[in-house]
Amino acid sequence: MKNVTITINGAEQQAQVEPRLLLVHYLREVAGLTGTHIGCETSLCGACTVLMDGRAVKSCTVLAVQADGHKIGTVEGLANGGQLHAIQEGFWEEHGLQCGFCTPGMLMCSHDLLAQHPSPTDSEIREAINGNLCRCTGYEHIVNAVKSAARKMTKRVSARAA
Amino acid sequence: MRPFEYVSPTTKAQAVSLLASNWGQAEILAGGTDLLALMKDDVVAPKRLVNIKDIRDLTGVTYNAQGLRIGALTNLGDLADDANVRKNYPALSDALIEAASPQIRNMATLGGNLCQRPRCWFFRNGLGLLPKDETGKELVTDGDNRYHAILGNDGPAKFVSPSTIVPILIAYGAKIRVEGPKGKREVPLEKFYVIPKTETEREHDLQPNEIVTEVVLPASTGVKAAHYEVRQKQAFDWPLAVAAVALKMNGSNVQAARVVMGYVAPLPWPSPEAEQVLSGQSIDDDIAQKAADAAVKNAKPLSHNAYKVQLARVSVKRALLKAVSGGAA
Ligand SMILES: Cc1cc2nc3c(=O)[nH]c(=O)nc-3n(C[C@H](O)[C@H](O)[C@H](O)COP(=O)(O)OP(=O)(O)OC[C@H]3O[C@@H](n4cnc5c(N)ncnc54)[C@H](O)[C@@H]3O)c2cc1C
Ligand code: FES
Ligand code: FES
Repeated sequence: MKNVTITINGAEQQAQVEPRLLLVHYLREVAGLTGTHIGCETSLCGACTVLMDGRAVKSCTVLAVQADGHKIGTVEGLANGGQLHAIQEGFWEEHGLQCGFCTPGMLMCSHDLLAQHPSPTDSEIREAINGNLCRCTGYEHIVNAVKSAARKMTKRVSARAA
Repeated sequence: MRPFEYVSPTTKAQAVSLLASNWGQAEILAGGTDLLALMKDDVVAPKRLVNIKDIRDLTGVTYNAQGLRIGALTNLGDLADDANVRKNYPALSDALIEAASPQIRNMATLGGNLCQRPRCWFFRNGLGLLPKDETGKELVTDGDNRYHAILGNDGPAKFVSPSTIVPILIAYGAKIRVEGPKGKREVPLEKFYVIPKTETEREHDLQPNEIVTEVVLPASTGVKAAHYEVRQKQAFDWPLAVAAVALKMNGSNVQAARVVMGYVAPLPWPSPEAEQVLSGQSIDDDIAQKAADAAVKNAKPLSHNAYKVQLARVSVKRALLKAVSGGAA
């Protein structure tokens, strides 16, 4: 067993884990955060995407011990109290989800994208989510949702600056 | 996944001492994007993982008049975005952006990319790198070999080398630096890859207790380069053929050319035949076609992959035309 200290959505947690425990299982079973989904467990579907030090990674192909000393962001950390994050609002308003299975991964990938490119083009959005599979939406509404989120976020930033 | 011991050294020397002198005992863990997949499928089952991510000496990208030095732990996403790479080695940046998906590029390191294991589905299903049945018959020859080698496939190895980054690195003249119990050595990247003849060998010339520490590229002044790949899907797929070219120009004529194909052979496959055609020429459609024909002249497709010959040919031609039309440096 190994001791790990992982900061999840801002709160530092310590645990003893087996080295072979995957981060996604740590999040769901040890930390009790089941918002991060498991689709393929083979790096292909993106459902398990979380942020590691702000960058999107597939938590089914990261060991919990590799996250030791790092900051992890999951879908549970997006909303602030009752207030949805602009990315979540975008998905809600633009119908960016149907069954919702892929959504946590899509949200976290979009989060990384918008941190790097606050006003992404359509092709940048499609490139950013090309490791995330959605079997329902056909992706169009997801692209619209990310664009809507980008507009909201830049508006809020400029409102704050004014 | 089977249990293993996990260690996180902070120096290269410690890491080397934690590795074993035979393959199979201990494995280096960098980003884990390849190794963990192989461990989940029980294709490899090391008793110890040596996590190298805490070794500071293996990080960083630096650029000067001599060229570029890339620490082995640099992840593919950061490298693609590096301002010096974009400006001076744009074809490398192009190749990196096309690899895998953003999440994987954020985790995957360059060192791991160079040492990743083949995607061959026989290998990934636990049948070995040189898969045979109980009578000694080669499984790839009679099986579904649509993604296998069309060149360098006369021995038992029929898989294709898996990195889409290595061909352009070789074209730019990359060397890699390796450190082990006997000290440091530097190898041209091209010489790093070998075709295994037995199941206990690997696809590269690394010893089980050596670490790739960095990759160095010479200055790219006067070089026009390009990376081109053909895939079944537009995004997030492994390619069917890759071509990388770097042309040292003298005015509008090629002084020296490097043409390296990927996904066609168990090694990244430089083509001296194509390079010879290009030498001294000014590249137009006709010369690009002649070089492309020369690049696949010796191809010997297997039962299901003759289509790859044309894809490799077209990749070389398009890479050449891309290099002279847009790909400066
Ligand atoms: C879905 C998917 C799509 C992909 N698409 C592409 C693609 O288009 N093009 C492409 O090139 N690759 C692609 N890859 C492969 C990916 O680039 C590699 O998995 C990655 O680069 C490996 O880096 P890593 O740091 O995660 O290595 P790890 O998984 O940690 O290690 C891989 C291997 O290298 C060894 N190793 C790692 N670092 C060192 C070192 N410094 N010295 C010595 N040995 C070392 C390990 O022991 C292990 O055997 C894809 C992978 C996936 C999962
Ligand atoms: S569950 Fe991780 S990519 Fe599918
Ligand atoms: S909404 Fe159902 S998989 Fe994307």
